[in-house]
Amino acid sequence: MKVTRETIQHVAHLARLNLTETEKERLTSDMEKIISYVDKLNELDTSGILPMEHVIPIRNVLREDKAEKSYDREKILSNAPLSEDGCFKVPKVVE
Amino acid sequence: MEYEIIMGLEIHAELNTKSKIFCTCTTEFGGEPNTHCCPICTGMPGVLPVLNKCVVEYAVKAGLAMNCTISDFSKQDRKNYFYPDLPKAYQVSQFDLPLCKNGYVPIIVDGVRKNIGITRIHIEEDAGKLIHDQWETGSLVDYNRCGVPLIEIVSEPDMRTPDEARAFVESVKAILEYLDVSDCKMQEGSLRADVNLSVRPVGREKFGTRTEMKNLNSFRSIFRAAENEAKRQIRELESGGTIYQETRRWDDNKGYSYAMRSKEEAHDYRYFPEPDLVPVVVDEEWLGRIRASLPELPEARKCRYISEFGLPEYDAALLTSSKRLADFYEEAAAGSSNAKAVSNWIMGDVMRILKEKGLEAESIPFPGSYLAQLVSLIDKGTISGTIAKKVFDKMFETGREPVSIVKEEGLEVVNDEAALAAAIKKILDSNPQSVSDYRSGKEKAFGFLVGQAMKETRGKANPQLINKMLKEELDK
Amino acid sequence: MELYELSAHELSGLIKNKKLSVVELTDTILKRIENIDSSVGSYVTVSGVEALKKAGQIQEKIDKGANLPALAGIPCAVKDNMCTEGILTTCASKILNNFIPPYNATVIDRLNAEETVLLGKLNMDEFAMGGSTENSWFKQTRNPWNPERVPGGSSGGAAAAVSCGEAVFALGSDTGGSIRQPASFCGVVGMKPTYGAVSRFGLVAFASSLDQIGPLTRDVTDCALVLNAITGHDPKDSTSAAVEYPDYTRALVNDVKGLKIGIPREYMSEGLNPEVGKAVMEAAAVLEKLGAVCEEISLPITEYAIPAYYIISSAEASSNLARYDGIKYGYRAEKFTDLLDLYKQTRSEGFGAEVKRRIMLGTYALSSGYYDAYYKKALQVRTLIRKGFDEAFEKCDMVLGPTAPTTAYKIGEKADDPLAMYLGDIYTVSANIAGLPGLVVPCGFDGSGLPIGMQLIGKPFDESSLLRAGFTFEQNTGYHKLRPGI
Repeated sequence: MKVTRETIQHVAHLARLNLTETEKERLTSDMEKIISYVDKLNELDTSGILPMEHVIPIRNVLREDKAEKSYDREKILSNAPLSEDGCFKVPKVVE
Repeated sequence: MEYEIIMGLEIHAELNTKSKIFCTCTTEFGGEPNTHCCPICTGMPGVLPVLNKCVVEYAVKAGLAMNCTISDFSKQDRKNYFYPDLPKAYQVSQFDLPLCKNGYVPIIVDGVRKNIGITRIHIEEDAGKLIHDQWETGSLVDYNRCGVPLIEIVSEPDMRTPDEARAFVESVKAILEYLDVSDCKMQEGSLRADVNLSVRPVGREKFGTRTEMKNLNSFRSIFRAAENEAKRQIRELESGGTIYQETRRWDDNKGYSYAMRSKEEAHDYRYFPEPDLVPVVVDEEWLGRIRASLPELPEARKCRYISEFGLPEYDAALLTSSKRLADFYEEAAAGSSNAKAVSNWIMGDVMRILKEKGLEAESIPFPGSYLAQLVSLIDKGTISGTIAKKVFDKMFETGREPVSIVKEEGLEVVNDEAALAAAIKKILDSNPQSVSDYRSGKEKAFGFLVGQAMKETRGKANPQLINKMLKEELDK
Repeated sequence: MELYELSAHELSGLIKNKKLSVVELTDTILKRIENIDSSVGSYVTVSGVEALKKAGQIQEKIDKGANLPALAGIPCAVKDNMCTEGILTTCASKILNNFIPPYNATVIDRLNAEETVLLGKLNMDEFAMGGSTENSWFKQTRNPWNPERVPGGSSGGAAAAVSCGEAVFALGSDTGGSIRQPASFCGVVGMKPTYGAVSRFGLVAFASSLDQIGPLTRDVTDCALVLNAITGHDPKDSTSAAVEYPDYTRALVNDVKGLKIGIPREYMSEGLNPEVGKAVMEAAAVLEKLGAVCEEISLPITEYAIPAYYIISSAEASSNLARYDGIKYGYRAEKFTDLLDLYKQTRSEGFGAEVKRRIMLGTYALSSGYYDAYYKKALQVRTLIRKGFDEAFEKCDMVLGPTAPTTAYKIGEKADDPLAMYLGDIYTVSANIAGLPGLVVPCGFDGSGLPIGMQLIGKPFDESSLLRAGFTFEQNTGYHKLRPGI
């Protein structure tokens, strides 16, 4: 599968990454190699095979509906790079 | 050219479980920002979710009440996107295997009954809240609401008018209230609707391009947004324009919608099965227990009102449209021998005053027994119909018992013939023209004199006695 | 042997017999760290003050005659991707370089219940992505057997620390071989338990369906002791298995008679360094001599395990690492124009090259139009891989093979070729994909004195058989007693 610069640009945006020109070049080539390699999976016939999402067949892990004390706000905010009035602060969000 | 409107709705309802969907923080509304939080609902490194059993049960209840098939095997998926109110940068939702599918909700508009299809109901988690700070230097994020459980109810595109859209939301709200799985407080955001709307020329089969209006949180805005958008799309098409598939924001104050700042491309949510959670299997036994626990639903209650209380369908439908209203009615009817009068009072004065004040039935400040009492006072002849209206308004104002109000303000009907005779004498003396008018054959003058007599007795006179005694006097 | 070279069970005996105080032991190891860690570079954070304080408290309990657990008083360390309340937890990444968790991972709580002494947090490849610890934002950990060589990864710090006496045992994490391969490169015992046996709560997620925490120890006995401490159902982890967990020390039996061992022919193929192959086959011969039955088997899907692994792990990682955005915790870019730029600048400045590569690969594999071809396909291959093992386990009790195709390579040797690096995972990833337990035990050295480890892969929740085979091998050889001599 050919991986183009446009693909890299698009995927980088989806992943919220800024790439320098060098990185774009490097990644386009790396990704191309890796994708070609993983395309190997197409050699396997998987028709009718169910995808295995979990390795152990656990079902219904459920907890009782009981509210417990929440964490103190200062603990929640203790690692915040920027906070104000008890909230996390971000640049103005424009719809 | 005649156009047809096609609408589908997505309703998000917050479930009123005690704890959040994946952690034990409270789901209580409000609270100081970030005080209902823990590492799990704020997406700290290393945390893991554990599903709240009640969320599954409430969602299944909603599915059963909306005539859905409950999936025996369903799973949760990650919906990936970046936004500050989403701490993990993914929302745990359900993509291809939702808990409930293929149901319907009946609505009645202008006496016509129609079933609105429910495509699916699935469980997911709510996001936090963005607050825009007063100096506009940034936005503030509060994660209290993060992780509050939601059900998303997706309808088929079966609605054709704004009235149907509103009726649909009302019906769904009533069902959820009866089930007591959500407090459905639209003004608090625990029930919100997205409207997907397109138009097409009548007779054409292909659907037109649809737009989406999100997070409408009142019946009024749902109706107006739908109405406005239909008009806008028709206007656009008639003038040769194009409808773009976009999300529009409805501004209820300004009464128009505008396209939201274009997100460069449609979201690619990159759904994949949530590896930190295991599938949910609802077996026959569990389903049976949930089904057995369902309370009487609006539809069934309405039928019961028709058969048990002999109410016409229209009345029964109105009374059962809200659980609180229906409960109020039954409280009142239980304490009264005149169920029809009780029903009339609710459908008339109660609804009027709620509408005037923009309130819901939850805000009626007195119990149903008080209304029963009021009706009984009228039936016994203790107060007149006119006075009763005054008493009712006072009940709404103060929440007090009608018997007390009547007593304290001396509003009993006056039956004392001596007092009435005195009042009659007074008005006859002060209105000689009307007296002669009546005696010369003008029947209308009688009505005027009755009115004056009632006024003189401040409405408390027994109207039958006034009529009788006045006639007697005048015919002398 | 020096105090810092003894195993946990040996030290435990001394402590319980009051021949050694916990404070003295802790202090000895802290001094060892002080002396050599500037060259080895195992640690990101050393919490010496807290460790000595804890040691004092434990010694007090011992003095009062309290009956304490098996690992009481033993100084240990954990990989820096396990949350430790109040102690820096960085995942060796710039983006978490200042993160102090307000809570403990479940395994930390369990170690605390065992009354162990936490010495600090160990270096690793950033977010556990890598096989050489060259991707750490902080420093390069060096192989104690040869400082020019990598210690392996991503639990390089853990393996190195145990190997050279900077911790009596360590906890690492294994997603595609990250406990087992460094154990092999550093000549220590390493185990990846069955998926679900050890709680992942508090382990900073890399690939949720593959990650497992496990022990790195000096010998198999210690491994069993640590497993006893950390395995068990955890209600905070929905993928935690609610099964019966045995006392793993009961598996420490010097006997492999009748044990059926399968050696996959696909493992002993080209690309495998001949010295490694020889050491592993000799190890198999030892077990055979002691009564095990070794047979060649086939695991035909082996070559597809790596592409399946890289798709599954990168896809899950791309989602698990999306939360690092500079808003709630961690590094935040200083210069940015708006919200979108905050995300992009923070993540671009905060993540290293390998992490970015995996995020890109994972995002691509999940993106619109590619899901079926990549992620779904990989999950189908997963079913086939598991099926292959299930079939093999009908004929044998465990699978034996090399851990890595080579011994520890030179620092910088594979830095320019990520794909070459990925191919080194050939023997380890299958166990993660299938959720099976894997044990690595030192079984020899190559010509330049670098350790070689053999790997045993077992049936789900059958860590006991692996421990028995490993223990027997140990008792009849002496590799686990050798130390790097720093």
